[in-house]
Amino acid sequence: MAVTPSAEPLRPLRPPRKRRVNESLRTWRWTDRIAFVLCWASGLSLCLIAAAIVVYMAVKGLQFLSFDVIFSRPLPSADQQGSGGFWDAIVGTVLLTIIGIAIATPIAVATAIWVVEYGRPSWLARAVESGIEIVAGTPDIVIAIFGLALFQQGIFAPLSFTAQGGAVFGRSFLTAGAMMSLIALPMVFGATREGLQSVPAHVREASYGLGKTKIATIRRVLLPSVKPNISTGAALGMGRIAGDTAIVVVLLGATLRIDPEGSVPGVGLLRGTGGTLTSYVYNNSPAGEGNAPQKAYAAAFVLLLVVIALNFAVDAIAKRGAKTGLESTRLGA
Amino acid sequence: MLDRLREPWSDQRAERTLGALASLVLVLIALMIIFVAIRAWPSFQHNGLGWFTGRGDIDEQIGRQVNGGANPTAADYRIGAWPLIWGTILTTGLAVGIGLCFSVLAAIFIVEFSPGGLRRVIVPVVRLLAAVPSVIYGLIGILVLVPFVNNHLVSEGRKESVQYVINLSGTGLLVSVVILTVMITPIMIAIIVDALYAVPRGWKEGAVALGVNRWRAMWTVSVRAARPAIIAGAVLACARALGEAIMLSMVSGSKGFAPNPADGITFIFEPLRPLASTIVEDAESLNAPAVQATVYSFALLLLFSAFTMSFCAWLAKQPMKKYGIRV
Repeated sequence: MAVTPSAEPLRPLRPPRKRRVNESLRTWRWTDRIAFVLCWASGLSLCLIAAAIVVYMAVKGLQFLSFDVIFSRPLPSADQQGSGGFWDAIVGTVLLTIIGIAIATPIAVATAIWVVEYGRPSWLARAVESGIEIVAGTPDIVIAIFGLALFQQGIFAPLSFTAQGGAVFGRSFLTAGAMMSLIALPMVFGATREGLQSVPAHVREASYGLGKTKIATIRRVLLPSVKPNISTGAALGMGRIAGDTAIVVVLLGATLRIDPEGSVPGVGLLRGTGGTLTSYVYNNSPAGEGNAPQKAYAAAFVLLLVVIALNFAVDAIAKRGAKTGLESTRLGA
Repeated sequence: MLDRLREPWSDQRAERTLGALASLVLVLIALMIIFVAIRAWPSFQHNGLGWFTGRGDIDEQIGRQVNGGANPTAADYRIGAWPLIWGTILTTGLAVGIGLCFSVLAAIFIVEFSPGGLRRVIVPVVRLLAAVPSVIYGLIGILVLVPFVNNHLVSEGRKESVQYVINLSGTGLLVSVVILTVMITPIMIAIIVDALYAVPRGWKEGAVALGVNRWRAMWTVSVRAARPAIIAGAVLACARALGEAIMLSMVSGSKGFAPNPADGITFIFEPLRPLASTIVEDAESLNAPAVQATVYSFALLLLFSAFTMSFCAWLAKQPMKKYGIRV
C-alpha cells in the first residue's frame, strides 16, 4: 500500500503541556510535612535576609548620602563635620579594580586557551587547572600577606616606596592590584573555559579546512565567539576586587587619602598608597579608628551599588548559556 | 623587533608562550608556599609543637612581640596559638554545620517546591547574598546585631558573672556564627542546586511512579545521589569561612580568648578571634621580626588548611564524574 501524502503539511508536534501534580499534603506523613514546611521556611528566609540587607543599607545609605560626601576629599579630623567625604576612596576602588582586571584577564584567557585548545602534556594541564582551583580556595588574607613578602624583595623596589635604609615598603596600587588579579583570575578563567568548551568542534574543523593554523583559528574564530564569556568573567572578577578588603588593608596601606609617591604624575599615583571604599567602611565602622557610622553607611551603600551592578551586568552581557543562573563559577566557588 | 611580533605566530611558538603563561599559576603557588614558610619558620623553630597549644593570654604574647621591636630575644617569639585556632574551628565548624542543613533545604526548595515566579526571585537573591562584600556584612553586624544582642540577649547578671575574666558586649561567637552562616550558604546552595538539577530525571520519576511523595523522592533519590556534591559544597564553604578576616575582625570581639563550651549559655556570647582576623589586625606591626614570624606562621597554617580543603573538595567530587556531572 502506497503512502498517500496527506493534504496538510505535518505540523511539528507540540510537547505535552506540563501539568502540576495536585498532590494533597494531607496524604503526606507528618515528618514529610515538617520537612516541606522547613524547605519553604528556608527559601523564604533567604529572600527575607537579602531584602532586609538591601532595604536597610538603602535607607541608611540614602539618609547620609549627599553630593558633598561623595565629591569631597577625606580630611583627617576627629570632628565629623570636618572629615570630608570619600572621593579618594571611590577613585581608589576604580583604580584598583582596573589594575587588577587588566592583569588578570590576559593571563586567565591565555591559560584557558592553552588548557582547552592545547593542553599538552596533559598532566601539566591538569595541574594548572587544579592550581587555579587552589588559588580560588586560598583566603584573600593569605594572598595579601604573601604579596607583602613578595613585593618587599629588592627586585620589586620600583613598584613601591623605598625607605631610607633600603627597606622596600611593598605597599602600593601596583602591588595591591597585582595580588587582586589573583582574586579575579579563577572567575575569568572559569568563564572563558566554559565558553571555549561550548564551541562545537566543527567550527574549529571548518577553520582548519580553510587552511588556517591553530593560533589563527584561536584569534579569528574562537576568541570572538567567547568574548561574551570573557566579559562575564571579567565583570564578576571586578565585583570581587571591588568588594575585597583584606588585600587593601595589608597591601594598599588603607590610608584615608591617596598618597602619590614621587613627583611623576601617573607613575607616582600607581606607586603610592591609598584606600578604597571597602577600607573606608572598615576604618569608619566602630571597629576602626575613624568611627563615623554615618559615613560608613553612605560609603557602604555606594559600594553595594557598585558590586550589585557588576554582578548583575553579567545577565545583560550573557543572556544565553546560564541554565539555572546559579552556576558555581558565578559565585566564585 | 616589533616587526617580528607583528608577523603571524607559528603554532609552536604560540603553544609555548601560552603554556608558559599558564604555568605561571603553578609558579605562583610554589612561591606562595616558599615565601610564607620562610618567614614563618622562626616562630615554629622557637616554639616547636608548643605552638599549637594554649599558653595563657595570647594578646599579651603578641603585645610583647610588638614591644620587642627590631631585636627580639628568643623569649619574645614564644606563642601558643590555640585560642586563635580554637576560635577558627568554632566559627567555621558551627557556621558550616548550620549552613549545611539550611542550604540543603533551600536547594531542595529551589529545585522542587518553589513556584516558577518565586524561583525567578530566589536565584538572584542567592547571587546577591554571595556578592555582598564581607565588610558590609561586618558593618551590619557591628551596628545592628551586636547592639541588639548586647541590649536584649545578654543580661546584666550574666555580664557581672564573668566580668573579672572577659567583658561581654554583644560581640562574640553568636553574632560571628550567624553572619558567617549567611555569608557561606550561597556557595553551598549553588553547588547543591547544580548537582540536584544534574540528577537524571528518570531516577526521581521512577521513585514517584512507585508512589512516594515529592519530598520523599527528593530526599531518598536526588539528595542521596548528590551527596558528593553536598560534601564538596561544605568543604568549599569551609575554606571560605576559614579565610574570612574582615567581617570576623569587626564582630568577633577581637579578643584572644578561647570560648569554653562548659560555660553553658554564656559560651555563645564569649568573644574570640580567629587566625585570619589576627593577621589583618597585626599587619601594621609587621616590622618587628617576632610579630612577622608569628603572623606568617598563622598564614602558613591557613594556607595549609586551604590546600587540604581544596584537595578534599576534589576528592569528594570524583564520584560525581561517574555520572558525567560537572560541579
